[in-house]
Amino acid sequence: MTEVLHPGLLLVAAGLALAPLKGTARAAVALVVPAAAVALVLALPDGVVWRGTFLGYPVTPFAVDRLSRMFALVFAVMAFGGALFALRQESRVELPAAFVYAGSAIGVTLAGDLVTVFAFWELMAVGSTLVIWSAGTAAAYRASMRYAMVHLAGGVVLMAGVVGHVAMTGSTAFERLALDSPAHWCILAGFLVNAGAPPLSAWLPDAYPEASWSGTVFLSAFTTKTAVYVLLRGFPGTELLIFVGLFMVFYGIVYALLENDMRRILAYSIVNQVGFMVVGIGIGSQMSLNGAAAHAFTHILYKALLLMSAGAVLYETGRRKCTDLGGLFRTMPLTMVCGTIGALSISSFPLTSGFVSKSMISQAAADGHLTAVWLLLAAASAGVFLHAGIKFPWFVFFQKDSGLRPPDPPWSQRLAMLLFAALCIGLGVFYQPLYRLLPYPVDYVPYTGYHVVEMLQLLLFSGLAFFALLPLLKRTLTITLDTDWFWRRLGPAAAVVLARAISRADRGARGATLGALRAGVRATGRLMSERGGLGRTTSTATMVLWVAVLLTAYLVFYYVRQP
Amino acid sequence: MEPHWLVRPRTIRLLWAAFAAVLAATVAAEFFVPMPAHEGLAGTFAFGAWFGFAACAALILVAKALGVFLKRPDDYYDEARDD
Repeated sequence: MTEVLHPGLLLVAAGLALAPLKGTARAAVALVVPAAAVALVLALPDGVVWRGTFLGYPVTPFAVDRLSRMFALVFAVMAFGGALFALRQESRVELPAAFVYAGSAIGVTLAGDLVTVFAFWELMAVGSTLVIWSAGTAAAYRASMRYAMVHLAGGVVLMAGVVGHVAMTGSTAFERLALDSPAHWCILAGFLVNAGAPPLSAWLPDAYPEASWSGTVFLSAFTTKTAVYVLLRGFPGTELLIFVGLFMVFYGIVYALLENDMRRILAYSIVNQVGFMVVGIGIGSQMSLNGAAAHAFTHILYKALLLMSAGAVLYETGRRKCTDLGGLFRTMPLTMVCGTIGALSISSFPLTSGFVSKSMISQAAADGHLTAVWLLLAAASAGVFLHAGIKFPWFVFFQKDSGLRPPDPPWSQRLAMLLFAALCIGLGVFYQPLYRLLPYPVDYVPYTGYHVVEMLQLLLFSGLAFFALLPLLKRTLTITLDTDWFWRRLGPAAAVVLARAISRADRGARGATLGALRAGVRATGRLMSERGGLGRTTSTATMVLWVAVLLTAYLVFYYVRQP
Repeated sequence: MEPHWLVRPRTIRLLWAAFAAVLAATVAAEFFVPMPAHEGLAGTFAFGAWFGFAACAALILVAKALGVFLKRPDDYYDEARDD
């Protein structure tokens, strides 16, 4: 064991230390420790850092390669930006929980074996549940319990897979897995639950928007992108993932188009964006895996920026619904500009970070002659601009005049937004440092005339479609049923029906048994009563007669037995 | 009170004109920028433009149709708790 500090455990420890702190000390720890984690990640040596044994199996809880360093880096940056944004958060639970959550996400990326992956995986579920819970509302509490149920169920499936894998191969090492056994299917299913894949995808838009104005910023970054990381390491080139990813891409767009809550719009667009990454992982070429990794990196930054601007609006107005918002550009110009930069990045506008990452996935589909996939990705790129790129800023900051005149948020939130906006533009213009972090050597130039012209056409004409069909997009005070209906409505309703049936059957069975017992008691009573066959008084003569009969019978049998 | 300059009808007309000019420019750019030869749909003229518009129109219509069946009042789950 060498003298290298584990950046994930450092954040977890800082989270525990943060709990009792207040004021300046809290702010200092909240900012200095993630900054230190960033520095630690950048200085990590390649290869296995810690070795140990667990139940007789060798484990490597701390191992580093290009892929894990890249994800650990963006997670640490995210912890810093999220902490800066959350400095004014009054909850004493949220920031500590978020640090445990961020630290365990880094722990997953730096785990060389499946046992350690699982341990940090579950710690993430605990930390993130607490982040949602700490919003303090009844709705958040209920959402956090539903969230915890889904993730604990996913964890059980993952655990079954890991145990099966170790029993089969005798190795705990986390390497590429083939879909050749039930154990590996279980591992894939456990990973996909956290990625927001169908059929349980509804946990994400159900739970994330219930967190506080700062909590959702943390939540958007870690769980789904850790899932992208483990899929990149465990299941690259698994064809099934192309279909799963394409479903997620379009599911996210369609549901986001129907949504009225600004943070639920952004939550659905997380599923949409992770779908692009899952498609990239499914294609499996070096270009597409690079693209998926790069897109996860840029996505964390621009999605956090989008949710920061939504969080700032929520912080200032206390409102989340598009029907209540609109016209905020007048008094929240900085929030509007930063939110728009995030919206342009998620849409892969040229000169923003999304352009240099997502285009690699499309290029990989074209290079692999997957024409249908390429066309669907192009349609989805247009759809991203539609549901997140324009819809979010339009309905929150422009649209109608809601009459609200909130100011821009306090300096800590403004600073966090400016930092992430600068990163979104910076990575879009100077993309080489990002490309150098990628797991495979990059042979790709994003800024060619063709790429730029085609992307601009796609995006601007989808903008035209948005404004031309705006009457069809009018916001209504509605939600759209998703798969969570099965466990929020159908499940409880089925449980009520089942409980009624069981109680009816139980009442019937108990009634019948009691009736039978009562009948038995009555019959015995009759038999034993003064006039019953066994209970009535008889004369001595009758007794003597019966004794004589018995003795005679005895004699008869005695002689019959003689040979 | 005079409305904000950005929401005056004159500004909005100007913005539409500018937007139309930019749209035309992105299509016209195909004549000046070397475009690689593609087969099938991707090779058609102004592919990004018509495909982007069509894809978005289709997505909006699909969402609208799905909404007919799946939209509920936004207190739908709140009611569920009361009974």
